Amino acid sequence: MSEETPAPEGSSASDWGFETRMIHAGAGPDPVSGSRQTPIHQTSAYAFHDADHAASLFNLQTFGFIYSRLGNPTVAALEQRMASLEGGCGATCAASGHAAQVLAFFPLIEAGERFAASTRLYGGSVTQFSRTFPKFDWQCDFVDTEDLSAVEAVLAQGAKALFVESLANPGGVVTDLETLAGLTRAAGALLIVDNTLATPWLCRPFEWGADLIVHSATKFLSGNGTVIGGAVVDSGRFDWSASGRFPGLSEPEPAYHGLKFSETFGELAFTVHSHAVGLRDLGASMAPMNAFLTLLGTETLALRMERHCRNALAVAEWLTEHPKVEWVSYAGLPTSPYRELAEKYLPNGAGSVFTFGVRGGYEAGVRVVEKCELFSHLANIGDARSLIIHPASTTHRQLSDEQRAAAGAGPEVVRLSIGLETVDDLVRDLDIALAAA
Amino acid sequence: MPSTGANIRAVASPLRYSDSLIAGILRRVRTIAMVGASPNWKRPSNFAMKYLQQKGYRVIPVNPRAAAAGASILGERACASLAEVPAPVEMVDVFRGSEAALEFTREAIRLREDKGFEVVWMQLGVRNDKAAAEAEAAGLTVIMNRCPKIEYGRLWGELGWGGFDRGVISSRWPRPATRDERAG
Repeated sequence: MSEETPAPEGSSASDWGFETRMIHAGAGPDPVSGSRQTPIHQTSAYAFHDADHAASLFNLQTFGFIYSRLGNPTVAALEQRMASLEGGCGATCAASGHAAQVLAFFPLIEAGERFAASTRLYGGSVTQFSRTFPKFDWQCDFVDTEDLSAVEAVLAQGAKALFVESLANPGGVVTDLETLAGLTRAAGALLIVDNTLATPWLCRPFEWGADLIVHSATKFLSGNGTVIGGAVVDSGRFDWSASGRFPGLSEPEPAYHGLKFSETFGELAFTVHSHAVGLRDLGASMAPMNAFLTLLGTETLALRMERHCRNALAVAEWLTEHPKVEWVSYAGLPTSPYRELAEKYLPNGAGSVFTFGVRGGYEAGVRVVEKCELFSHLANIGDARSLIIHPASTTHRQLSDEQRAAAGAGPEVVRLSIGLETVDDLVRDLDIALAAA
Repeated sequence: MPSTGANIRAVASPLRYSDSLIAGILRRVRTIAMVGASPNWKRPSNFAMKYLQQKGYRVIPVNPRAAAAGASILGERACASLAEVPAPVEMVDVFRGSEAALEFTREAIRLREDKGFEVVWMQLGVRNDKAAAEAEAAGLTVIMNRCPKIEYGRLWGELGWGGFDRGVISSRWPRPATRDERAG
């Protein structure tokens, strides 16, 4: 044992503060070289000590790496950090946020089974759930999560999970996580929360009763518009064995000689399964370079989110006064119907992605986007750069009119992702664009 | 038989043990009597036993059925009871249900002097507060509802390889082992 890191004396390290964990969690000095920054382990496979070690790894009897589709040290460092920042037990990184969503449902939903999802979601998620998941015979029921009796009804009809966004894209909508967690718990279902727009600095869904959290690491976590990546974080609190509704985790797994994940791994079961079965067979693993860039991003997450939120609030306040602006949907505004929920779930700020309605509808919306000089017209959010898009003609284009309206992406809607620039420059750019619209 | 994971959520008040307490036990202990060790390689107890052996611990299985058949588990002859375990053994790891933990803890208290027992460790999902109080009164250290495999992996890094939050933060770079440490 003498060659290994000594455990720190004193208090348990889960007591470290958020800013400390965003820099240090999962990333001590490299044991071989002393490299202080996490090395990029650009390798496909890993050597075994001997045949017995190899067998132990393949049987999941010991911790370690076999092949980078299943696990990689750089990716594992990010997984630890995500688990730590969300207050979860473990995390599984994926090639994208969409891959993370497949990975989240994969152990839970068998062919022919159902889950429910909020109507207020990123358009790409609506398309994934309604068009592609049915090809696996996974059926999604979309529900207005502000109508609690509708949520109860869909859970009573057999939905095994409810998927929501804590802070919904695109529309400044805050989800009442604690109330929904009460409903899913009563129904023996899971609450899965996409925490991408809020990040763990603004919202911690596990503290309100969520069971799983998914992220697109492409957004604020990496923070510079550099990577495509995602993560699933497990709270470790759902009792798969007692539930009996999730045979993928509680019943014998044939590919591992009949091993029962929940019995053998307890609270680690979901994350072990996500690597050993999910990534093994779905193959949508995160690249080590993307994990490295995301690790770098998380080191400054709290600082950036503070400035993102401050800039966003200033821009939103300015827009509410503008004659060409019909409405502004930002949960940080005192006039927002979500103000109370924002104070409860997002005490550090309401994020930096929000929408506003331009007088003049679809055509005016398109013109504002095209007239901006500083704002980048592109389909992403959570960048250091400010971004602008007209959802109805882009991100939410593949939806029906009804789906667009439900998602807050009507014809007059413009979505902003406020970056870290000088806020006066952002206001001036929008002022010029609105004048021309 | 309990596992490394069953029923951890059924346990009443959470137990908190400092990292230094757990690390101290795992550094000090050399030999472990594992009550309920299974010869079936797919059982959680067998997983834990194999892992602890790989880390340099001697693990002696206590399993009456395996002992009656004269069987060995992972190269160690099974004992029928704690009384049969060859001394010295510093730790008793209880891989049986919370109810049964009382009986094995009392046996450990009785045999404490003979065998050199210092620690009674109850597996993840196993908790018996009455047994713990009696053992602590007898001078034994008690850990409940934890797995030594998971704790070892958590404290010394390997658990993080699986994407788990270890709760450990350190910026120290430990020096490599000396010749004597390697030899010892």
